Amino acid sequence: MTEAIQKTLASRAEVLEAMPDHPAVKALLAWRADSLLDARFDRGELTLTVAPDSIREAAATVQAAGYNFFEDMTAVDWFPSAPRFQLSYHILSHKLLERIRLRVMLEETNPAVESITPVWPAANYYEREVFDLFGIRFEGHPNLRRIMMPDEWQGHPLRKDYPVEGYR
Amino acid sequence: MTDSAGTPILEAPVAEGAKDQHMVLNMGPQHPATHGVLRLVLEIDGEIVVRLYPEIGYLHTGIEKTCEAKFYQQVVPLTDRVNYLDPLSNNLCYCLAVEKLLDLEIPEKAQWLRVLLTELSRLNSHLIWLGTHAMDIGALTVFLYTFREREEILRLLEAVAGQRMMTSYIRVGGLAMEPPIDFLSRVQAFIKTLPEKIDEYSNLLTGNPIFKNRLKGVGYLSAADAIAFGVTGPPLRASGVDIDLRRDMPYSSYEKFQFKVPVLPDGDTWARYLVRLDEMRESIKIIQQALDGMPEGAVKADAPKIVLPDREKMKTQMEALIHHFKIVTEGFNVPAGEVYQGIECGHGQIGFYVVSDGTAKPWRVHMRYPSFATLQALETMCKGGMLADVVAVIGSIDIVLGEIDR
Repeated sequence: MTEAIQKTLASRAEVLEAMPDHPAVKALLAWRADSLLDARFDRGELTLTVAPDSIREAAATVQAAGYNFFEDMTAVDWFPSAPRFQLSYHILSHKLLERIRLRVMLEETNPAVESITPVWPAANYYEREVFDLFGIRFEGHPNLRRIMMPDEWQGHPLRKDYPVEGYR
Repeated sequence: MTDSAGTPILEAPVAEGAKDQHMVLNMGPQHPATHGVLRLVLEIDGEIVVRLYPEIGYLHTGIEKTCEAKFYQQVVPLTDRVNYLDPLSNNLCYCLAVEKLLDLEIPEKAQWLRVLLTELSRLNSHLIWLGTHAMDIGALTVFLYTFREREEILRLLEAVAGQRMMTSYIRVGGLAMEPPIDFLSRVQAFIKTLPEKIDEYSNLLTGNPIFKNRLKGVGYLSAADAIAFGVTGPPLRASGVDIDLRRDMPYSSYEKFQFKVPVLPDGDTWARYLVRLDEMRESIKIIQQALDGMPEGAVKADAPKIVLPDREKMKTQMEALIHHFKIVTEGFNVPAGEVYQGIECGHGQIGFYVVSDGTAKPWRVHMRYPSFATLQALETMCKGGMLADVVAVIGSIDIVLGEIDR
């Protein structure tokens, strides 16, 4: 279905118009239309931006819509622009053989979001990694500790204001 | 306890009231059977594993952070070092992601050579897995046999890339250079002998009652658990989930190749062993098809501002010299956007998530590596089993610590 569309769809309205029958879009709209803040279809990849407070339910909704496999999750630091942090969840469907990206934007001060480990236990390590390297907290995570850096480490290395080399 | 930012540092969880009766055993980080620097905190009741807690990060080198400080073409050598047993798959996955951002067309010959090389690389990965897995169980002989064939593969990689392990041969826009003239005939000679070598390993192990007893019924992982924990690759297929990105979401012209995807429903260590053994046989078939149908043409895309010019042109043509100078000193700008590219490597699904802000350096490179997710399923696989089986299970998920810690 998505292979047929080659051009970039830059906004929520364009995506809704071009692919109203997309299972993930349909499921999210049926669940709560205002949770889908933005959508983008670029280079054959669909990005759905959801509200930060609804990521766990959104994850459960797309899981019920057939996107059964949690593949990857990470953060992007857009420092110094605001909102600063972006969380990208890559979800694969074994049945539809298609991948979607759920996106959440977070403000700089006290970034926190609900953990999706109740939906996919696989997110456990990934959320720990983001907590460790970006300092984003995940509410309801079973074991939110540093995973790569030592426990007593100061700072979050993958933030853009953390130097690549030299002293901190 | 809190760190400077006020984030609490939590202690490793231990089951309530279990501390007195159970023994806590520390395995690693220096242990011959952990395939690197993996530390496992095991809670054992006699010889039965009650809890297993992997402690990782000993090899963390901050590769993702380093990528942000490099030009796009300079990231390729970093990707080799993540999963050092399957270097060409890493190169390929990163290059496919950047090529998706650039919307770059790759010549057919380069695509076919990429398939051939990643399959060789997969064989390399599986041979090391088989040798070390069998060695962990106690069958030392197989290790010597598989390393004999692996040496041949490393010689082939050296012939194309000049490097045995850190190849960096697949570049953005194609390959680094034409392979040597006799390369394809050398690959042909090698894979001609390989099927009987695989039968040889099979003779040593598949019918061996000790090996079979150590693996059968050990480390069971159900299909539902495998999906829940994000397990990919041979362990997922050995749990009965029929998914292989090479066939199901083809990249680099894999859709032109015919091969079977081995799937077994058992979900134990023995099934993972059989699946990988079959995968090696299928890889040989793919390489044979690539050799038979290898198209003619260039191995680099026609994009002078992105792909380095040939040495000869650089010395004789002014434009080529300018392009070379510009690419090396300033890199090439990549249009803004974000892409995720997934491929199937020896261990499972690799994914590169590359975010560009329109400059010559990536804004963010994230690497999804199979062992990182598969490690989460280790406790489920080992719980209730014998302590000695932990070693068998670790071997069967084909763990590479370089890709876990990155």
